[in-house]
Amino acid sequence: MKKIFSADVIAPIIIGIFALLIWEILVRLMNLPPYILPGPLLVFQTLIEEWHNLFPSLLITLQITLMALMTATFSGLLVAILFAQSKWIERSFFPYAVILQTTPIVAIAPLIILWFKNNIFAALVVCASIVAFFPIVSNTTLGLNSVEANLNNLFQLYKASPWQKLIYLRLPSALPYFLGGLRISGGLALIGAVVAEFVAGTGGSQSGIAYQILMSSYNLEIPRMFAALFLTTLSGVIIFVSLTILSDLLLKNWHESAIKKYN
Amino acid sequence: MKINNNKNNTRDNLALTLKNLSKVYANGTVALQNINLTVGEGDFVSLVGASGCGKSTLLRTIAGLEKISSGEIKWGKKYLAQKLAFVFQEPVLMPWAKVVDNVGLPLKLSGVPQSQGRLRCAEAIHLVGLNGFEKVYPRQLSGGMKMRVSLARALVTQPSIMLMDEPFGALDEITRSKLNRDLLTLWQQQGWTVLFVTHNISEAVYLSNRVVVIGAPPGRVVADIPIEAPLPRSEYFRTSHLCNEYCREIWAHLQEAINPTPFEPKRTLKP
Ligand SMILES: Nc1ncnc2c1ncn2[C@@H]1O[C@H](COP(=O)(O)OP(=O)(O)O)[C@@H](O)[C@H]1O
Ligand SMILES: [Mg+2]
Repeated sequence: MKKIFSADVIAPIIIGIFALLIWEILVRLMNLPPYILPGPLLVFQTLIEEWHNLFPSLLITLQITLMALMTATFSGLLVAILFAQSKWIERSFFPYAVILQTTPIVAIAPLIILWFKNNIFAALVVCASIVAFFPIVSNTTLGLNSVEANLNNLFQLYKASPWQKLIYLRLPSALPYFLGGLRISGGLALIGAVVAEFVAGTGGSQSGIAYQILMSSYNLEIPRMFAALFLTTLSGVIIFVSLTILSDLLLKNWHESAIKKYN
Repeated sequence: MKINNNKNNTRDNLALTLKNLSKVYANGTVALQNINLTVGEGDFVSLVGASGCGKSTLLRTIAGLEKISSGEIKWGKKYLAQKLAFVFQEPVLMPWAKVVDNVGLPLKLSGVPQSQGRLRCAEAIHLVGLNGFEKVYPRQLSGGMKMRVSLARALVTQPSIMLMDEPFGALDEITRSKLNRDLLTLWQQQGWTVLFVTHNISEAVYLSNRVVVIGAPPGRVVADIPIEAPLPRSEYFRTSHLCNEYCREIWAHLQEAINPTPFEPKRTLKP
């Protein structure tokens, strides 16, 4: 983290610039019209021109994403802790968590939006939470059950109560697993939010970034569509990077995954 | 320090009696068969035996980490509270907790008030010579120092009996003998009863006033040898004639345990 200009940062940036350059050159050489494929310069120009429309929409989508991520984290942790109370609870309920994950959100989003008729925002948050929920539950459950056998013996020897075991042993053991799940869920929450917005369509007063993408494609404003797409992708990257930094900060003193980066 | 040998223990100063103790694991492995053993108060008893002969199982059963299959464990009067501490082969530290929090764990779990706990932690850390490392995370410590943390955590509860399962097995020779000496000093200071598992014969002789040889399979007591050497023992004791004689005797019993026909070593065997 000390060196911002390390190879880890510079190498991808160089590749990115190179790719954009080739893209721009190809578009110009082949004389492609902007409604087929706009060049990156045009996209960037459009982004600046349309900023006042696109950015507020992005904020709405990000709001949904964050709410969903928080909901998923909170409920995911609770469910994982519940699962960890007994093998039987886990065995009985885990399959349903899997079903929740394998059901395509596009398929159930209309239903959820229908149920929340008056509150599109809440419906979108619920949809995105469902998508982000599973990695948290499965990873945290795995972590809570991955306590080192000897540490378990030690706690047993000192007659720790189940509660003490949870607080002082199982939750700390699960932290790296939970944070791994959180990083995946961050991206999934954004995808869930965008997909749900797509399903919700162009109706509704508050319109997120998916609405802008849809509208641009209807109107064949392809550069504008690319600009909106770029904002969405950039947000995803920022979410991932922030969660990675959070994870490294929390684990820097003891977990292998973070120690290497800091020393 | 009074040395208690098996023979001169009366009923009153026994810490622990094992009667026909057997342990069969769920998969049918007979790990221990009819173990009879008495441990006097203040004894330092080493258990030696080949790996897989059931030494760990014996300690874990005594600690209550494994269920007894048959037989019984009787605790002496003072030991009714079973104030025992267990030191594992690995340090078994919580990687997310600083040294002081690792050492203080048993106190926290048993609800000792923080102010009192802090004092006792500091004392334990001082006893094992880890002053200045209180705020350090386990990964920053060497193997020997981690073991000291583990030792401090065991003695912070002021136990009456200490069960140690090859605690120094993973350490290099120099660190091991240093920790041996410190352990012996602590044992004399604190008046513990110690059950110490090792497969290092000279370590067993150096530390103990009794060495119990376990044979296998299944695990059973093959020999019970009092070590009659005065305390404190210097480093020179390790290379003394007396020590060598004991080592040779134990080695012979170990051979016997593996190979039923008696075996007399002809040359000096270095364990
Ligand atoms: N949890 C277990 N389940 C089944 N068998 C076990 C278990 N633990 C140990 N054993 C078996 O019991 C025997 C004694 O093991 P152990 O007490 O670990 O020996 P030692 O500590 O002397 O090396 C071995 O044969 C081992 O395979
Ligand atoms: Mg063992």
